[in-house]
Amino acid sequence: MLKLFKRLNAREWAMAAVCLVFIVFQVQLDLKLPEFMSEITRLTQTPGSAMADVWRQGGYMMLCALTSFACTVVVGFFAARVSASFSRRLRSLLFSKVDSFFMEEISRFSTASLITRSTNDVTQVQMVLNMGLQLVVKAPIMAVWAITKIAGKGLEWTMATGVAVLILITMIVSLLIFVMPKFQKMQSLTDNLNRVTMENLSGLRVVRAYNAEHYQEAKFEEANKELTDTQLFTSRGMAVINPVMNILMGGISLSVYWIGAYLINAAQAMEKLPLFANMVVFSSYAVQVIMSFMILAIIFVLLPRAAVSAKRIQEVLNTLPGILDGSVMQGIPACEGEVTFRGVSFKYPGAADYVLQDVSFSVNKGETVAFIGSTGSGKSTLINLVPRFFDATEGEILVSGVNIKDYTHEALNNKIGYVPQKAVLFKGSVASNVAYGDNGRDAPTQDDIRSAVQIAQGGDFVEKMENRYHADIAQGGTNISGGQKQRLSIARAVCRKPEIYIFDDSFSALDYKTDRLLRTALKKETAGVTSMIVAQRIGTILDADQIIVLDEGRIVGKGKHKELLKSCEVYKEIAMSQLSEEELAV
Amino acid sequence: MSEKRPTRPGPGPGPMMGPGPRGGMMGAMEKPKSFGGTMKKLLRYCKRYLPVIIIAVVSAGASSVFHVLAPNNLKNLGGEIEKGLPALINGIPVVNSIDLAAVARIAWFSVFLFSASLLLNLLQSQIMATITQKTSKRLRTDISQKINRLPLKYFDKISQGDVLSRVTNDVDIIGQTLNQSIGALVNSVTMFIGSMVMMFVNNWILALTAVCSSMAGFFFMTLIMKKSQKHFSAQQNSLGAINGHIEEIYTGHNVVKAYNGSRKEKETFESINDKLYVSAWKSQFLSGLMMPLMGFIGNFGYVAVCVVGATLTINGAIDFSVIIAFMVYIRLFTQPLSQIAQAFNTLQSTAAAGERVFEFLEEKELQNESHKQTRLEKITGEVEFRHVNFGYVPEKTVINNFSAKIKAGQKVAIVGPTGAGKTTIVNLLMRFYELGGGEILLDGVPINQVPRENVHEQFGMVLQDTWLFEGTIRDNIIYDKQGVSDEQVVAACKTVGLHHFIRTLPDGYNTVLNAKASLSEGQKQLVTIARAMIQNAPLLILDEATSSVDTRTERIVQKAMDRLTEGRTSFVIAHRLSTIKNADLILVMRDGDIVENGTHEELLANEGFYAELYNSQFEHVA
Repeated sequence: MLKLFKRLNAREWAMAAVCLVFIVFQVQLDLKLPEFMSEITRLTQTPGSAMADVWRQGGYMMLCALTSFACTVVVGFFAARVSASFSRRLRSLLFSKVDSFFMEEISRFSTASLITRSTNDVTQVQMVLNMGLQLVVKAPIMAVWAITKIAGKGLEWTMATGVAVLILITMIVSLLIFVMPKFQKMQSLTDNLNRVTMENLSGLRVVRAYNAEHYQEAKFEEANKELTDTQLFTSRGMAVINPVMNILMGGISLSVYWIGAYLINAAQAMEKLPLFANMVVFSSYAVQVIMSFMILAIIFVLLPRAAVSAKRIQEVLNTLPGILDGSVMQGIPACEGEVTFRGVSFKYPGAADYVLQDVSFSVNKGETVAFIGSTGSGKSTLINLVPRFFDATEGEILVSGVNIKDYTHEALNNKIGYVPQKAVLFKGSVASNVAYGDNGRDAPTQDDIRSAVQIAQGGDFVEKMENRYHADIAQGGTNISGGQKQRLSIARAVCRKPEIYIFDDSFSALDYKTDRLLRTALKKETAGVTSMIVAQRIGTILDADQIIVLDEGRIVGKGKHKELLKSCEVYKEIAMSQLSEEELAV
Repeated sequence: MSEKRPTRPGPGPGPMMGPGPRGGMMGAMEKPKSFGGTMKKLLRYCKRYLPVIIIAVVSAGASSVFHVLAPNNLKNLGGEIEKGLPALINGIPVVNSIDLAAVARIAWFSVFLFSASLLLNLLQSQIMATITQKTSKRLRTDISQKINRLPLKYFDKISQGDVLSRVTNDVDIIGQTLNQSIGALVNSVTMFIGSMVMMFVNNWILALTAVCSSMAGFFFMTLIMKKSQKHFSAQQNSLGAINGHIEEIYTGHNVVKAYNGSRKEKETFESINDKLYVSAWKSQFLSGLMMPLMGFIGNFGYVAVCVVGATLTINGAIDFSVIIAFMVYIRLFTQPLSQIAQAFNTLQSTAAAGERVFEFLEEKELQNESHKQTRLEKITGEVEFRHVNFGYVPEKTVINNFSAKIKAGQKVAIVGPTGAGKTTIVNLLMRFYELGGGEILLDGVPINQVPRENVHEQFGMVLQDTWLFEGTIRDNIIYDKQGVSDEQVVAACKTVGLHHFIRTLPDGYNTVLNAKASLSEGQKQLVTIARAMIQNAPLLILDEATSSVDTRTERIVQKAMDRLTEGRTSFVIAHRLSTIKNADLILVMRDGDIVENGTHEELLANEGFYAELYNSQFEHVA
């Protein structure tokens, strides 16, 4: 946590320092208050004191309270600013950091975890920083100062206060020991309940079809009971705090007066009056002491949680992306649109087995190369090497005649139109999604967008939408169907006017007819663009210039459809599973 | 299945905060549509606990009364001590002594008051904690049962996350806030009124001073609260926006990178981040003022009471001990004020959450069918569609006057492009949705004349999304079917070709399926096929069962499915046309409607939509 705070900048440190100064000042004022109070007490008790003196003391006291309040305002102001500005920077740093990550780093943390780290964890830290600046510093100062103030005023009273603090600490510690662990357990029990509910919701049809409603409900009841039992325990435990706190506050005053009665009674005549004044002052200091300890206790509860958050943020910020940028801006003109793999192997860092082994092939400008193979054959990994989502472990990959590691990321990305397996759409409009990104040239015109959507066979449904190309797209594209999302995602690649298309199994969400129309249009409208296609269906790749059959990371067949049917067992097997013999003959 | 949970503004982790205003933890308050209505519902829901609740409320009140009486005793105690102070009587200093017996009497009485107050307060808070948790549990149970009693139609318009957040977030909010606010409210109101009464009984001038000074302070507080409310909602909105943006960009990271979208996204991010910064510091600052302001109000009242009190004392109107009592009263008086405001705010979010929960619980349920006496038993599997009409929304009929007769053991294929509404037929067969007109008959019995469960018993079902739950493989296969022997499970797994694989797992059939012990998509599908096999129903529905597995696995799955369909009337939805060519009846769907039906040969001869679809998969790109 402290390491994270090293990231506070000079201005924030300065503001934090101001906070500290004002807190010290404020504590002093707060503790001064009872002194005026005692002065007033003395005045009222001394026969013949002038009313003007009481007024003056009252005025001082008011001034003191007001200044103290003003100090708090200042502290609060700076604390809020420091924490908000710090959290703003943390968020920004995290965002940039994650943006610089590649697939490897992202999968190491998982996307969900990165999201929590950038949102909830930052909020946690911000909250604690804000509170910390005000209370963490104030509570101990207050406690210590108040104790020194009362320490000399009567051992018996001090002891009474000590007992109260002891009771308080005992209560807090036992809550920490017995109840806090249950709080942690509660999180996993809530997750469990969520899981069971989600299970029922996502399998509604199955649950009903199998008449298994009671089965699910019984399962839910079990999770529910476990959760409720834990919650009962924690909330009963927590319910003790308030009554006990109330009683401590009242009890301390009572004790001070009760003890006071004996002390005064035993004292010399001349000491009785000062002792009486002391007593009144003491009872208010004692309350301050107890309050300070209470605040400290709260901080001790909150601190560990924030420390965990801080650690999680640090982990992300300290991770260095494993893929470095190159410097080449342009490919060799003569080799434009060519892609060459030379002895490429790939394995995940730390993994024993290669995902891809010794893959070599090359495609020329405007040609189509297709990759096919069963799940786990490495075809998606292969295609992901081209935009450098991963770097090849061995061998080299050339795009337009230049090793991809030598390009700047931007220059390489400008050559590529990548369509992922699962369509990704952003909140915005149809047009903003299709025109997404930056290809190093001018932004696409309305006509560019329209024609890209037409090529991707999305014209029909987009024209039917309200506001057509300006129709709203919800986050994640949830307001259109899967096939429509995929078509817009393809349109985005087309609109980019790249040298190379990369389709990572992008056609499976489309029906055969749309699939065919789309490929026909692509071929016609964007001739000269190289295509790399990962596919499941034979129909999709039937007419590719080159089909590469992968099995367990190795190339087991290379050639055209007809050749492969004769020469490659694996290909034949795949083909036969999809089409009958006579259909294959067509 | 994503792990995301919808976030909604609600009270923070409250229980540790103890007494005092919790402004810093407050989010923007959600305003319920009808506060009273929802509260009444909630009260009715807790009816069975009413006697205990009354006990809790009474003890909260009594506890506060005792607490309020205590300062009066403190005053008496002070008075006794004061009597012992040196004083000038007629100009002659007199040394008195304190009546220690009286002191002890008063002190013990105070101890009694405090203890009684403590016990009652403990009783109250324990009762409230227990009741709210029990009520939360009941709410959750009711929601979970409700899920299974709602028509599927309902889930078309509501997201799963929404239901989920009602089960957990909303119920949690209700539990937490009720627990905190009811007790506090009763406590505070009694304390407030009690201390006011006690003050006026003691001395009306001082009482007036105290009330006025606190009220002035409280007025300021309300002003700040009003002002901070605006920033709170701004902060909540920006926070929502930035979280949404982060989620979107992180999940689409690949695309952002590949399209060089980083710079623009960063700009968008920073502009939201800046907005968030402003609203964040403002709302934190303002809400942070609450506690000091309370302190100041306390001090202000204190000074006012002291000065006025001193004047009165010097004039001889009151004893000094009255001031002592007032110093405590002023605290007892100002503290409830902010607590009452706080409790009302919390109750607002209780009501907002309660509203959502009750809204769900009050949704129209599936029709009760316990009166239906007809049962389908040992049916052969003959299905007839007779003039079926249907639309998901009444205004738009998607299936018009469809009739077809399917003999027992026949295979019906449903084909059509993506989004043509192929699942509609399944929904109607299973009575997930009710027909708009006409009827569907199983062995000559209209399915709406028998209870839904009885219809479901006639079907086995395998869907595209393999649905497995966390439990052993055996549990997943047997599911809710009663009286299934281990031999039957093994036999089913052997038939679908899963037995060998299961044997290789460390715990065999007892292997728990969860995120760690993950099966391949194909193996998952085989488990669901085995499940359908154990079900051993006369009719079968296969909804795109092979579309999410790769082609080589598909052959294995297809083989298993062929075994499953033997001797059963089956409805197969697929977009791979080659696998359904041998169906006895093909229903071709387009834009929700059945546009053609017949056998493969008939349809091809028709040269209609089916022929077009079928041929498109072989055509080479021109």
